[in-house]
Amino acid sequence: MEDYRVIEVKRSIFEDNDADAERLRQALREENTFLVNIMSSPGAGKTTLLERTLEELGGSLKIGVMEADIDSDVDAKRMNDAGARAIQIHTGGMCHLDADMTRQGLKELGTKDLDLVFLENVGNLVCPAEFDTGASANVMLLSVPEGDDKPLKYPLMFQVSELVLINKTDVLPYFDFDMEACRAAILERNPAAAVIPVSAKTGEGIPEWCAWLKRRIQS
Amino acid sequence: MHELGIVFHIIRQVEEIAAANKVKEVKKVTLEIGEVSGVVPSYLEDCWKWACANRSEYMKSCALEIVTLKASSYCEDCREFYDTVAHGRTCPRCGGGHTYLVTGNETNIRDIQVI
Repeated sequence: MEDYRVIEVKRSIFEDNDADAERLRQALREENTFLVNIMSSPGAGKTTLLERTLEELGGSLKIGVMEADIDSDVDAKRMNDAGARAIQIHTGGMCHLDADMTRQGLKELGTKDLDLVFLENVGNLVCPAEFDTGASANVMLLSVPEGDDKPLKYPLMFQVSELVLINKTDVLPYFDFDMEACRAAILERNPAAAVIPVSAKTGEGIPEWCAWLKRRIQS
Repeated sequence: MHELGIVFHIIRQVEEIAAANKVKEVKKVTLEIGEVSGVVPSYLEDCWKWACANRSEYMKSCALEIVTLKASSYCEDCREFYDTVAHGRTCPRCGGGHTYLVTGNETNIRDIQVI
């Protein structure tokens, strides 16, 4: 009969990822690269938002993009066409990125000469919120057709995001989307969150979003 | 399916502990999972066997035990605890929302059984 013994561990499942994320954040700070983790549902308009953002900021900042998807490289192609250095990260079936995958992606992208890197996380409102990627800022993109009740249904996503962009304001007349109710629900989950309504299609709110980014990079 | 990612993180941490303690094999891992942590125990168990068999060194036939921790919230106005799963963020006594989660969000590795 072999001798069993018990080792007390008592640590969070996320402890190693949180430590990886903190190291990555520190390394990015030292080389003056600002990493923005953008999270949303599939189809909320992350890639179109980034195309608009590149148009607006491409002249003043050196920008890279990492596109995380379960498969395909259609998004990275769109980013290359929009003038950014872009790579595609395949998560191999996983629904989120963790800090280690983010670090590997950044290494492949090469960040030394970049001021700003966007990480387009896997479209999903649940899992990406649980894994700290090591990003300098978390931004959540909600879109009008998804409904104003999402902050109530996916509270963690809204708690970990310092800015919520509400996209597709151009279709507001066709949906029962209550902007003020949505804003109140976001602030109830996260009183410190900033909220900016935007339309990546018409350009509404894009200057405010880019001004927020510039302020945040400088702070 | 964030459970697969979670299983990889558990394996990574348990393997580190196993190596540091010079164990031969890890026979069992006990987790503490809060009722409202968003981790689904049955999905975790589904990923467990495959991940241990294919992605571990010390955990090839490691058992998994999940201890579920009850979720409890506190109402600041009533100064009373209530059951989170039944009532969410709304206090069942006063109907108010000045409440916060006290327990139930845990995702911990409690201990490991080794030889």
